[in-house]
Amino acid sequence: MIDKTVPDVASAVAGIADGATVMVGGFGRAGQPVELIDALIDVGARELTIVSNNAGGGDVGLARLIAEGRVRKVVCSFPRQSDSWHFDTAYREARLELELVPQGNLAERIRAAGAGIGAFYSPTAVGTPLAEGREQRVIDGRTYLLEYPIHADVALISGLAADRLGNVVYRRTARNFGPIMATAARTTVVQVDEIVEVGALDPEAVVTPGIFVNRVVAVGERPWLRDSEFVGGVDLAGAPLAGAGASAGGAS
Amino acid sequence: MSDQQTATAPRASDDRHAQPDRLDRTALAKRVAADISNGAYVNLGIGAPTLVADHLPPSSEVILHTENGMLGMDPAPAEGEVDPDLINAGKQPVTELPGAAYFHHADSFAMMRGGHLDLCILGAFQVSESGDLANWSTGAPDAIPAVGGAMDLAIGAKDVYVMTDLLTKTGESKLVASCTYPLTGVGCVTRVYTDRAVFDVVGGRFRVRELFGSTTLDELRELTGLELEMFDGA
Repeated sequence: MIDKTVPDVASAVAGIADGATVMVGGFGRAGQPVELIDALIDVGARELTIVSNNAGGGDVGLARLIAEGRVRKVVCSFPRQSDSWHFDTAYREARLELELVPQGNLAERIRAAGAGIGAFYSPTAVGTPLAEGREQRVIDGRTYLLEYPIHADVALISGLAADRLGNVVYRRTARNFGPIMATAARTTVVQVDEIVEVGALDPEAVVTPGIFVNRVVAVGERPWLRDSEFVGGVDLAGAPLAGAGASAGGAS
Repeated sequence: MSDQQTATAPRASDDRHAQPDRLDRTALAKRVAADISNGAYVNLGIGAPTLVADHLPPSSEVILHTENGMLGMDPAPAEGEVDPDLINAGKQPVTELPGAAYFHHADSFAMMRGGHLDLCILGAFQVSESGDLANWSTGAPDAIPAVGGAMDLAIGAKDVYVMTDLLTKTGESKLVASCTYPLTGVGCVTRVYTDRAVFDVVGGRFRVRELFGSTTLDELRELTGLELEMFDGA
């Protein structure tokens, strides 16, 4: 019997070694696998290369991983945001390296890795500082830049629900990088609110088929849902609004 | 020229708070919204362009794309109804319209690069006469670089409109002969909506489509230092 479920987040991130390349899903806080990142911090792996759209905000998740000094390099499109103080400090103190990639090229390079594509030509960033020193080619009169795939040792992803076969569904714009990152890593780890019985997910609605997934862990229902229904009562970071504590349910 | 100006330049709205020679942000957003075709798939950039969403004519069905993975976006929810899983590219809370669709990032940027998106509206630091866009970095040596989807958007949509003040806070023209800031995209901008006038990029020159308020063509020439002519409709 195939069973990709693991009992806790510590088991989910076990084996992530120093120097690993780790893809981290999410766009801002939406879809960021905060519980898996916390577990990765506990594992103690250092010198990590992180591939993610952003470089963390506030003091949790990716921001905390950087604050703890575990990250050697960040590959991302938009590291700077109003609350990215941990990245900003580490970058200014030259404690980490930044590879800045336009968001669509980042996505397509990840997709290419997962699809077995050796490289591809993209029109994005032609004529900009990000094209300097890069191979160009004119195809049908248009100039393109050569882009290489981005592979990872591990992908950490957040979904809504999964079964023991590793089939995953997501929720709204929290899907973002999850489906492509799941295809591009040697080991794909997915945290979900709930693990459901095989057969409970509509096959037409499965977004990431289990073939791309190695480990699945349940972390409890997100606070703005109760019994799968949206109840709100939280701010954009998912924290309960003042006086709305009663509507926050079952977070781990 | 002055005859033509009079003929082609609607005067500013009667908004008592507006300065006589320009449109305010809201009026400009309204003006941009009026030019978006029924049925268009549109991406509104972070900042001022997001205001356009509030002024789309109710009679037209315009589908808003947000590059973090959604078509069919609707404006912000009420407090208490914020869904952290439902945000736009500016990481602000939004809502979904009936008929909305979610997709992953590679599909989302295929919609741009693949030429499926009709229009995107972006902010700018500078736009050049040949339609080059600079809107992601001022090139300051101590700045932390961040590009996001700006370069993909600039070269991806069928039309790229810029919405911006004509002048910087220190009074320099954002319309320039050639950009001095790092480029976002080359030859990609087709039209620029400013607080003083609307410009089309035609054959390596700006052509003035419409003047706002008491602004004259000669004033625009002085403010920009560029050889401007009215758009002749060709």
